[in-house]
Amino acid sequence: MKTYFLGFPRAARLTVALLLMVLVSACSKKAPIAPPPPPAPAAATPAAPAQQRPVVADFSIEPSSIERGQSAVLRWSVTGANDVSINNGIGTVTAMGNQRLTPANTTTYTLTANGPGGQAMANATVTVTGPAAPPPPPPPASRGAGTLESRIQSDLRDVLFDYDSNNIRDDARAALTTDADALKRIFADFPNATVVVEGHCDERGSAEYNLGLGDRRSTAARDFLTQLGVPAGRLKTISYGKERPVCTESDESCWQRNRRAHFSVGQ
Amino acid sequence: MTRKFTLLLVTAFALLGSAIALAQDIQAWITGAGGKPALAVVDFRGAGAAQPLMAAFNSTLFDDLQGSGVFDMKSKSLFPLNNPQRPEDLRAEDNNQGYALADWAGSPTNASHLVFGYTAAQNGALVLYGDVYDTRQSNLQSAQLMAQRYAGSLDEAGAIHVAHEFANDIIQKFGGSGSLLGSRIYFVSDRSGNSEIWAMDWDGNNQKQMTSLKSISIMPSVSPDGSRLAFTSYAKGTPRIMIVDTLTSRLLPFYNQEASLNANASFTPDGKQIYYVSTAAGLPQVYVAALDGQGFRRISHRDAIEAEPKVNPKNPSLMLFVAGPGGQQIYEMNSDGVGVQKVTNGEGEASNPSWHPDGQHIAFSWTRGYAKGDFNVFVMDIGTRQFVQLTHSEGRNENPVWAPDGRHLVFASTRNGRSQIYTMLADGSQVKQLTMQGTNRFPVWGVK
Repeated sequence: MKTYFLGFPRAARLTVALLLMVLVSACSKKAPIAPPPPPAPAAATPAAPAQQRPVVADFSIEPSSIERGQSAVLRWSVTGANDVSINNGIGTVTAMGNQRLTPANTTTYTLTANGPGGQAMANATVTVTGPAAPPPPPPPASRGAGTLESRIQSDLRDVLFDYDSNNIRDDARAALTTDADALKRIFADFPNATVVVEGHCDERGSAEYNLGLGDRRSTAARDFLTQLGVPAGRLKTISYGKERPVCTESDESCWQRNRRAHFSVGQ
Repeated sequence: MTRKFTLLLVTAFALLGSAIALAQDIQAWITGAGGKPALAVVDFRGAGAAQPLMAAFNSTLFDDLQGSGVFDMKSKSLFPLNNPQRPEDLRAEDNNQGYALADWAGSPTNASHLVFGYTAAQNGALVLYGDVYDTRQSNLQSAQLMAQRYAGSLDEAGAIHVAHEFANDIIQKFGGSGSLLGSRIYFVSDRSGNSEIWAMDWDGNNQKQMTSLKSISIMPSVSPDGSRLAFTSYAKGTPRIMIVDTLTSRLLPFYNQEASLNANASFTPDGKQIYYVSTAAGLPQVYVAALDGQGFRRISHRDAIEAEPKVNPKNPSLMLFVAGPGGQQIYEMNSDGVGVQKVTNGEGEASNPSWHPDGQHIAFSWTRGYAKGDFNVFVMDIGTRQFVQLTHSEGRNENPVWAPDGRHLVFASTRNGRSQIYTMLADGSQVKQLTMQGTNRFPVWGVK
């Protein structure tokens, strides 16, 4: 058996249709793009040419709440500024970029943008929850100065590569020769230590291909070091492809910094 | 001098002409040969308690049918004043008032098919009566293509459910192959603080985190039956392949070779093997193994950097992969490692090949015509090497993957800033953004 019912009056149908249109258009609204800030108040000296203050289109940290030890990504996008800086040790940055941070406590980052039209500032806060970090273990007994980590950081230089290449350039040859001597000293001071040779790539090739390219770079650097007498068993290789960039600007100076072999503490 | 120049010009035009002619063939394929059925879909109404649910029902039905790419959807503003709700309402003649099929076939609606019906609350359930008629037939009996009945819960979810089911049956009726209903998109998101594997419905709903490895987990690949994902993770230090059950999110065992790199896993069409890249012999080269990683065997012995092995869905002895250095390109190779040939022509850098279910076409990303890193989505006929560009340098457009229906693509794009997941039809139209939060990359489309 079917249920029959009377048709709606035409006016009611129209209302429903209109309502539907409103609903549909409301639902299809796109991502919440931050609206531009209201225009700057009129300048005190009307004679001066109307120069716009820098505009901070985006300054956010995500996630805005993390557990202690986790990381969050700070992102910014500024227009009309000559000089953009962020406090809390980040310093001068490009107009658009992002950085992964692991703050120990709840931190408010302040972005300051200076341009021909004045200054603009914005804040972003990340809330850090969870128990306070336990004290670190005592430093390992070492005959040399500093920890293994600090020695790797201070004594070893990154090895740089050309685009889509794992060839050891002349400057890389010089860096690796210095690194080989430094590694021998580090291994003498830390007889049980291993060091990881990380291979990295710039952002331009595909992520999948860059995993392989990064592996070739770390292997090329490792092979060069072992030829100079660094014990092969103390070196491990790993490729991060383009997953762990040291900077994220899209220009050659940043790309070059990312096309590298980098040293870190082995497990 | 002048003659030489003229000759050059003529040659250039001839080359351009043939390029355009080639492009038209594949263009015809991606837009679908021939005309599409012109569908008039009336706004369904509901009896009693069903009426408040009809806004959700009608927008779902319309969006599904339009999104299928199978139909030319007619504008509701051109419809006649009235429309039938039941087959009994149809008349032979109605002077364009709407109760005759001819009223819909003629101007201004110009529909080849009419979709109508209604819903009612019946015994606490929502019941949908849905009909599809060919407007060009005068005999009502032969004009009736579908008269279906569906039931769902008496709430908005139920209304959306029956709309999906009805739309799906209509799409199937008109030869739309492989439904999207129930299909899911798997991807990588860093919104939780680390790159983890996530899942969502194909329309972007129900986004859920699948892994919590708190490391770098990237490059998922979904098995043909949608039951497993293989991905690359740094959870144990070096990049290794991990397998996860899509239903339970539980990790399944996979034997990784002793190597600095095991990555880029993909399933064979029969779902019984996994191709991947490993540095077990030094260079990143293609290997194949059983689903648990055992019985591995090296396929390729080339002095190159190889990535992304992808076996043809119709011909398991043919595979694609990406290789460099010197500008990464897509290659084809027999699955025993011989017969290597370049697929892309050496221009720019090419990556991310994805087989169409027909085994004849691929989608891939290519920087051809743009600066290094500026990838766009292309579709190519693998037999003729003809190609069409679908995105046009709005940010980086990467990892295009075909939907099970062979008409949609999912891809990642930085067109709105950070990388997000989008879908579009194979002709580049109907682009929809599915993710908003964090950075989202590496989408793949599973049947479930």
